Amino acid sequence: MATNLRPLHRACLLLLLLLLAAVPEARAQGFANLGQAAEGYAMPAPGPFAFPKDHGPHPGFRIEWWYVTANLEGADGTPYGIQWTLFRTALKPGADLGPGWSSAEGWMGHAALTTPERHFVAERRGRGGTGQAGVSLEKGFDAWIDEWRMQGPDIDHVRLNAEGPDFGYDLQLAAEGPLVAQGDGGYSVKSASGQASRYYSQPFYRVTGTLALPDGAVEVTGQAWLDREWSSQLLDATQEGWDWISLHFDSGAKLMGFVLREGSGGFTSATWIAPDGTPTPYPDGALRMTPLDRHAVQGRTVPVEWRVELPARDLDVTIAALNRDAWMATSVPYWEGPVTIEGSEGGRGYLEMTGYD
Amino acid sequence: MRRAALVALLSHWRRRPFQLLTLLLGLATATALWSGVQAINAEARASYDRAAGALGATPRPSLARADGTPMDEALFAALRRAGWLVTPLVEGRVETAGGSLRILGVDPFTLPGGDLPEGAAGDALDPAFLGLPGRLIVSPETAARIGGPELPPLIEVEGVAPGIAYADIPAAQALLGLDGQLSRFVLLDGQPGNRPPLDEVAPGLSLQQPQTGADMARLTDSFHLNLTAFGLLSFAVGLFIVRGTIGLAFEQRRPMFRTLRALGLPAATLLWLLLAELLVFALIAGAAGIALGYLVASALIPDVAATLRGLYGASVEGTLSIRPVWWLTGLGIAVLGTALAALSSLWQVARLPLLAPAQPRAWARASEAGLVWQGLAALGLAALSGLTIWLGSGLIAAFVMLGALLIAAALALPLVLYGALWIGARLAKRPLAQWFWADTRQQLPGLSLALMALLLALAANIGVGTMVSSFRLPFTGWLDQRLASELYVTADNPEQAERLTGWLAPRVQAILPIMNTDARIAGLPGEIYGVADDPTYRDNWPLIDRLPDVWDRVAAGDGVLINEQLARRTDTWSGGTIALPGWPGAPVVGVYSDYGNPLGQVLMGLDALRDRFPEVEALRFGLRLPRGEVAGLTRALTQDFGLSAENIVDQAALKAFSIQVFERTFTVSRALNVLTLAVAGFAILTSLLTLSAMRLPQLAPVWALGVTRRGLARLELVRALVLAGLTMLCALPVGLLLAWVLLAVINVAAFGWKLPLFLFPSDWVVLGALSLAAAGLAALWPALSIARIPPARLLQVFAHER
Repeated sequence: MATNLRPLHRACLLLLLLLLAAVPEARAQGFANLGQAAEGYAMPAPGPFAFPKDHGPHPGFRIEWWYVTANLEGADGTPYGIQWTLFRTALKPGADLGPGWSSAEGWMGHAALTTPERHFVAERRGRGGTGQAGVSLEKGFDAWIDEWRMQGPDIDHVRLNAEGPDFGYDLQLAAEGPLVAQGDGGYSVKSASGQASRYYSQPFYRVTGTLALPDGAVEVTGQAWLDREWSSQLLDATQEGWDWISLHFDSGAKLMGFVLREGSGGFTSATWIAPDGTPTPYPDGALRMTPLDRHAVQGRTVPVEWRVELPARDLDVTIAALNRDAWMATSVPYWEGPVTIEGSEGGRGYLEMTGYD
Repeated sequence: MRRAALVALLSHWRRRPFQLLTLLLGLATATALWSGVQAINAEARASYDRAAGALGATPRPSLARADGTPMDEALFAALRRAGWLVTPLVEGRVETAGGSLRILGVDPFTLPGGDLPEGAAGDALDPAFLGLPGRLIVSPETAARIGGPELPPLIEVEGVAPGIAYADIPAAQALLGLDGQLSRFVLLDGQPGNRPPLDEVAPGLSLQQPQTGADMARLTDSFHLNLTAFGLLSFAVGLFIVRGTIGLAFEQRRPMFRTLRALGLPAATLLWLLLAELLVFALIAGAAGIALGYLVASALIPDVAATLRGLYGASVEGTLSIRPVWWLTGLGIAVLGTALAALSSLWQVARLPLLAPAQPRAWARASEAGLVWQGLAALGLAALSGLTIWLGSGLIAAFVMLGALLIAAALALPLVLYGALWIGARLAKRPLAQWFWADTRQQLPGLSLALMALLLALAANIGVGTMVSSFRLPFTGWLDQRLASELYVTADNPEQAERLTGWLAPRVQAILPIMNTDARIAGLPGEIYGVADDPTYRDNWPLIDRLPDVWDRVAAGDGVLINEQLARRTDTWSGGTIALPGWPGAPVVGVYSDYGNPLGQVLMGLDALRDRFPEVEALRFGLRLPRGEVAGLTRALTQDFGLSAENIVDQAALKAFSIQVFERTFTVSRALNVLTLAVAGFAILTSLLTLSAMRLPQLAPVWALGVTRRGLARLELVRALVLAGLTMLCALPVGLLLAWVLLAVINVAAFGWKLPLFLFPSDWVVLGALSLAAAGLAALWPALSIARIPPARLLQVFAHER
């Protein structure tokens, strides 16, 4: 069974921002508050998804996100990467959230644009109930915070835009494959103690659009990957961090995998997605990730080159960061950026690393 | 030798503990009054900075309606979704049982965490803080002051600006009665590059530059300078006591100095010993003075804070925090003051002729020679004072002038008294009367310092009293003119305003729309008002300078009226022009008095305002109706029309509030005045007490000639009363001059308005009686001791005759 810690890391980011930052002693427990009781919140349960309703928000749950990464290329062959993320968190159980401006529902957006030389980051925060941020299914699909938006007639056909003080992007995303349920039909169990989430992905977006860079606009094309997840239960306190990958191979297959670093050991998980969208989850130990080269960024040293092996699929590749300085200098910082793939398969993808303090 | 000398020097104080007490008390009082005032000023200034930094250390510009009225909360999402990064604010004041509280409703989600005071950012994201009823984040001092069942629970956080409460948006809306509305938007850093212009997204909103702590400091500068001047005056009066005591102690120890020198103590060593002695006294008294000053400041600061809140809307908490720099400056000023007071005495010791006689009469004669110099100094200072007022301008010059005037008057006092006593002696026929005048004249040098202190205290009292009374008379008259409408109402929004005017039309004689907008005028925050063309203004508005047809011109939009403050600050009067936003060369056709307003104000016709500031909405109205119908209409407005009570202001209530604000302004002045007078009375007492011990050689022969001890005691009392009476007579012109300077020079420089001088002789009679009573009381004890002096001691004088 695939456990999906990357989303949990995201949950951690969100909570750190909106909750833990307010409670300094929580830091002493590392990421401990992820384990806090979920009383009053809805609990994920196995079962089929109800689309399109499940594309929208699930106010009963504590945390939820819409997470897009894209590997892009300019007409001159220059590779680029973008990230667009919308987090939702309920500071009180759904029943007590409150209407309108009284809402205790927090939203947060992260946007990034990575070129081989530069890395741009922006962050937005807002409150549910004011109209500043939200996700609506009234007219197709519409997810937004401020002027950042992911919107279209349905979730497979959306326009994605975001802007910071010195960058921006405006992209058209069109899915060329099905939605992929992660874990056990979209019920993703996280640990032996039963923590779980609902989780699906859309890894088959074809992308065209424009990047706004300080030097001018750049037309781009490429591939994008959407992750959707919601949960109320969080992880134990013992993790040091995560190393997560989403890879698009030239063969049309995809791989989602991660290592949860814990003490001297680690816990791995992976999902192989066939070109037709059929997922195959792999349990702990099937995926091997080995750091090859490290890089100092913002006072931290992070591995920016990895050997990735999935023997069950005869996969043995090296992934390397397009821009080693892809540091997300957001409220809680982490590293996230595009990678290139060489070895038994070629291609490109995204790498996220947390907990390198 | 040095040790023996020190013991000898200190033995003086052991034998005269009361003199030591006087010295320490005088010094402590001087330090206390000075450092107390400094503490108040420092506290207030720190409050301005904290209040200005209530949202972030660097004030940010904001988006708001030009007239400052609240707007629909839906505008927030419209702005954000257009890419305008703003955070909303809901602002206002609530009156609690413990005084006024500024509510700052914030959105913790969009407000950068660093913008809240350290320690409050965490609480603002506590789920309990969000929504209703929410929580108020306040400083512990504010929490102690306010409270009440109508407020949400309080969260106390150190470092929150005084008088401010942070709340979540909905909690602030509920507290301020602004449901669904926001006050303004703060523009955040890091705006995206591409966004539509503001008037496409939110027409009616305009960009406003932030108010800084410096603005508030400038507005309140004059108030603080006033306080400082009073502190300085009290310090000076206190120093008179110190000077007197040190002078006496040195004079009395003159034989001892002579003996020590004769025994071989070098003059330098003697000086050093005396300096060390003074330094120790200064430090002890300084420390006591600072503690005392803290008490004075704590007692006064609630009034000061209330004044500053009422007059300027400044956020100042009525409690005091102790600052190390304040302790240090307090000690410094005590040492400096002692040095100043001891300078001439030390100079004399340094040049002490070994064989000079040590007699009071000799001292007096030396003083007579000094009188000439004193007179010259007084003349010089008077000239300086005249020159300053003639050539100088501004508040500092005014205070320099005032200081010079007061010191000149104090220096001239012994001269005048001397003359008066000389005339008295010439008129006296009987021997006892002649002796009385001569003896009084001989005591004059010893008493003159105390009398100078009394003069200063009385003059300050007369001056400030005259100013306050002169102020109240025209101010209340002005209020009557200015607040001519019987009722003032405010609508929440334009729709309600329209319904309101329609509803009111058949019920009142006239509805006068009042439109206003904030603007920077001549570089400072100011306000622009639009008024209807109505007899209410034509008949009542208090113009102090005008062109012909002034109201026709204003109504036609051909000119504007400006308030006196603005006129004086920019030196623009009728016939001049003033630069306004959107009207660079507005012709000034008249100037009106506008007491109590710290801001510059411009008045123009309604149409002119509408043309130039189309976004300003008419929400406020003055209503004319027969006085007797006010209560009925107020009731109908709330019950039948549904206007909330806080949107209706009764003229009488407004007047009462305005007058109350001004009464408070002068409470502090009056308190300092009373303290000064008390200090002066104490100075007289100590001088008389020290003198009485030295006077036996003068009294004994008179007693021997047959004047009873009771008779002598009565003469002592009469002498004190005569001297106090003469001093009061001298203080009267000085006090009136002071009042004139305060009204015509300092007021104009400080507040921007000039007031006519009114005289209140009945006040002087009361003050005169008070000063006589103080002097009589001070003389009572010395007189009693003369009445009870054993005849043997008087006889001893002859036995010990030197």
